[in-house]
Amino acid sequence: MPDLLFQLAIIITKIVILTFIVVLPLVPLSVYFERRFSAVIQDRVGPNRVGIPLTLFGFKKDFHFFGLIQPIADGLKLFLKEDFTPAHVRKVFYWMAPALTVVPALITVCVVPFGSPLSIFGHTEKLVIADIDIGPLFVFSVASLSVYGITLAGWSSNSKFPFIGGVRSTAQMISYEIALGLSIIPVLMFYGDLNLSTIVQYQADHGWLLLPLWGHDADHTLVNKLLFLFPGIIAFLIFTISIFAETNRMPFDLPECETELVGGYHTEYSSMKFAMFFMGEYAAMVIGSALIVTLFLGGWSIGFGIDAWVANLHIGDFYFGGLIHMGCFLTKLIAFILFFILVRWTVPRFRYDQLMKLGWVVFFEAALINVFLAALIIAAPQLEAVIIGIGAVLLIVVTGAVIWVAKVSEDMPKVLRA
Amino acid sequence: MAVVKLQRPKLNFGEKIYFGALIKGFFLTMTHALKSLRGKSAGADTLASSGLGVTMQFPEQRWDSHMPEYYRGAPALVTDEQGRERCVSCQLCEFICPPKAIKIKPAEIPSGDKWAKVEKRPLEFDIDMIRCIYCGMCEEVCPEQAIYLRKDYLITGLKRADMVHDKKKLYEIGGVRVGLVNKWNELK
Repeated sequence: MPDLLFQLAIIITKIVILTFIVVLPLVPLSVYFERRFSAVIQDRVGPNRVGIPLTLFGFKKDFHFFGLIQPIADGLKLFLKEDFTPAHVRKVFYWMAPALTVVPALITVCVVPFGSPLSIFGHTEKLVIADIDIGPLFVFSVASLSVYGITLAGWSSNSKFPFIGGVRSTAQMISYEIALGLSIIPVLMFYGDLNLSTIVQYQADHGWLLLPLWGHDADHTLVNKLLFLFPGIIAFLIFTISIFAETNRMPFDLPECETELVGGYHTEYSSMKFAMFFMGEYAAMVIGSALIVTLFLGGWSIGFGIDAWVANLHIGDFYFGGLIHMGCFLTKLIAFILFFILVRWTVPRFRYDQLMKLGWVVFFEAALINVFLAALIIAAPQLEAVIIGIGAVLLIVVTGAVIWVAKVSEDMPKVLRA
Repeated sequence: MAVVKLQRPKLNFGEKIYFGALIKGFFLTMTHALKSLRGKSAGADTLASSGLGVTMQFPEQRWDSHMPEYYRGAPALVTDEQGRERCVSCQLCEFICPPKAIKIKPAEIPSGDKWAKVEKRPLEFDIDMIRCIYCGMCEEVCPEQAIYLRKDYLITGLKRADMVHDKKKLYEIGGVRVGLVNKWNELK
């Protein structure tokens, strides 16, 4: 019984620390980064004032901290605003929708490995809330629930623009989920495992998927890894762009689309309910970046073969390498979030038919072909040259056929004129 | 009307694949970001930037020295070189004022006064700075050249009453203005 309690305590500690102390602050932090970075891109300054107003208490100088307190002020403002529920909405769903967008994003945190195992007094603990063997699948299945939040928000608002936004997001998220799922199949085939902790451990030992420069041995030769870079990069591109679409980020933010749909699905929302949509979007962005970093960029691994050494660092019985790895992971995560922001302020929004075409005609096919390409490359060392040749020819033929079909389907039918 | 058939431009492969344009875009935004971090954005020096982007950061840095001659700030009353208040409370500014910001209460100058021949002066002269639109019509219409738009632009207050400039405040902003009108001077 005490053992069970101990386990429970550890799990709760992990949930509290990893979800609420590590990931949740990343949400306001990324809002801050978004505002500062976009400002810098546009030759502005951005919020740099909100800090601790010491002058109010008679001190000489305020502490600004580069405006890092700004998100707190924003949040406070949203809390204090009137939470208005229009008379024409479907109340139950209207109230449920914001929660439905935030909760799935936060639940997915539980499979992300934040660092190598910490060890104290001989008790080793992995820095992941739930070390389950279906990591990415779990993320997809839960993250896809957030589409309900947006759809319900659009529908229950019972007005035109939110409705169009909701419909758009439903179609968009469902379309891109296919590309999302198919694109990481090659990666999972390469690792031969679905447990994210194992995947990251593999990358720490044998090189990141996109940077395989260390840890070669007979089973993991450099040639194999470099060859796999080709499907790996295709998978990376498709996966990253699909994550953009899944999180409704800029080039694909058609559900919100201020210029066309007022505010999209959250037009009718105000105060903290609106903020929850915002939080959900940013939390999804954080989790998406975490997933990309974990699958493609080595997760918590520092790389260049020093991970084992770092993991062994200890003071007495306390092996603290995990914390360093966690810092590394968070650095990569923030770098990727900055990339997300850069994309938002660079790439203009797609038209809706372009978005659908990109999802169904380009990414879906490319991801499918990529699966076969990856299979061929992984299997090649065990196969004879003839079979490899046949496989390659088949792949080229199939690719050609797919491209041809895509091209033919693009031809506009002749316009009939009177 | 003739039908004009527009030919959509034919995109080549590079343009269709779109990635080139994306990368170009990233370079563009990143050069802007790096330049504005180094305070070298286009126009940063002419706009007296704070060293981040082209923005001047207000309470510490001010545009005052760059203010043009014709800048219209807060209206104010002026005295002439002999300490006489120039306003004779003809109330033209009060009548011309489009937002009706000016309220004047005229009063006669007592006969014992040094400037008794001027006959009138404002007893009260209030300009409601919440109403004022800085149009400069009062300045234009004033026959005595007693009211001027100064370059003060930071008119703030914690309540409405703070925003009404009374006579004392107006003379405080305006100060002394020499020359121009000598109608009431002894010299003449």
